[in-house]
This record gives sequence, C-alpha cells and structure tokens, in this order.
Amino acid sequence: MPVKIIATEQRVTAFLEGEIDHHTASVLRMEIDEAIRTYKPKVLKLDYGDVTFMDSSGVGLVMGRVRTMSPFGGRIIVSNLSPQIYKVMQLAGLEKIAKISKREDVCNESKK
Amino acid sequence: MKAKNDFRMSLDSRSVNEAFSRSTVAAFTAQLDPTVDEITDIKTAVSEAVTNCIVHAYPDRVGKIYIYAAVYEDNTVKISVRDRGVGIADVKKAMEPLFTTLGGERAGLGFAVMESFMDRVTVRSKEGRGTTVTMLKKISGREEK
Repeated sequence: MPVKIIATEQRVTAFLEGEIDHHTASVLRMEIDEAIRTYKPKVLKLDYGDVTFMDSSGVGLVMGRVRTMSPFGGRIIVSNLSPQIYKVMQLAGLEKIAKISKREDVCNESKK
Repeated sequence: MKAKNDFRMSLDSRSVNEAFSRSTVAAFTAQLDPTVDEITDIKTAVSEAVTNCIVHAYPDRVGKIYIYAAVYEDNTVKISVRDRGVGIADVKKAMEPLFTTLGGERAGLGFAVMESFMDRVTVRSKEGRGTTVTMLKKISGREEK
C-alpha cells in the first residue's frame, strides 16, 4: 500500500491510497511514524482523498498517531473523508481528538 | 426461512486474506442488486469480523476462519463468520465501543462498526472453543428495479 509523504518541520502530510485494513495499516504506520520522528512537525495531516475502503483499522491508525504526536504537542488533521469513512471515524468520537472533514465532492459521490 | 442461494468457504487467519474475504462476500451479495453504499457496509462489517478472528481468536497461530453467506427471498443477506479460536470471556464487554484487549493500534470498534452497518449482529462464543458472529442485512436494492 503506497503512501506519499510531504514533510517539513511545520507540517507532515501523508496522502493515503487504496484500501486501509489491519493488513495494510502496519506499513502506513511505520512510514508515517518515521516522518514524525524525523521532523517532529506541529501538524500531521492525513489525506484520505484516494482511500477506496477503510475499516476500523483506519481509526486505530489516527488514534495511534495522536499518541505519537502528543509528547511534543503536535496536532492532527484528517481530511477528504468519504461519507462511509467519515461515519466510521465518528463512531469512535474521533472529532474530539482530531480535526476531521469530509470530501468536498461529497454530494456528488453519495448519488452514485 | 430457506435460503435462495448460499455459499461457504474456509481460509487461513492471515491478514492478507482480509481483502479477499470481504470482496468475495460482497461479490456474492451482488445478486441482490445492492447499492454502492450497501456493498460498502457489507465489506466493512465482514472486514471487522475477519480481522477479529485474525488478531483475537488466533493470537499466536494461524487457524481456520469459516465464512457462510446466504441470500433469502425477502432480499436479506445472512453472513456468519466462525472460528475455532480462544473464544471471548465476556461477550457483552467485548461489544462495548472502544473496549479492546489489545490497545495501541486497535480502536476497539469492530463490533460497533458491525452493529452500525448491519441490521442485526449476534455473537456466540465459548472460551477455548471459538466464536460465531452472525450478521443480517436487508438489501433495499437499486431504484430502477
């Protein structure tokens, strides 16, 4: 499962792709954590724009990164969620620990 | 009620099989003409049930996961995911949202997701014998039907 990471000391952005489950999440976790350790950014942004499927392993991925970021006070932004992925994130009450937002083209998507 | 059509499969509790199992069950359900959202609901619920077998039922070995799916005349799909693993000591506790015995990278949401995306979820478990998760969902079908 590929992940493109753009990193500076201000912000690490990870562009996630494909299907996120328990199997694929471990690779993502390692790559994102390596960037966090290197840059200690103020903000970690997880972009779910190209994620086609996610189960609760994707929630664990965010919760785990909140823990990695908290020792140095970093914030987390989770963006571009599809309606289904947004629903899974909400089940966990994730909006209380991270800033989460849906895809902008969400209205067109749900009519499919 | 008698099933209109059914299938069963068994597979190893390897994490690489998570994608295969949810896609296979979703493909079988396609005969009920589900919407895209309904397919996603089923895939997500199956993924959670199968992941539970892999990380909880067989924590330190590879065991078998048994999946059964059936469709009925009233457009309901029944999916059962069974293992012969360690079992669950307290099913009620295990089904509480955010409860997890593993911590760290697991959100403790598996059963909450299944209950949210399916109409009915029942869990039968016996310690040392295994667990069966049975899920039901009525498929509305696409409008042009």
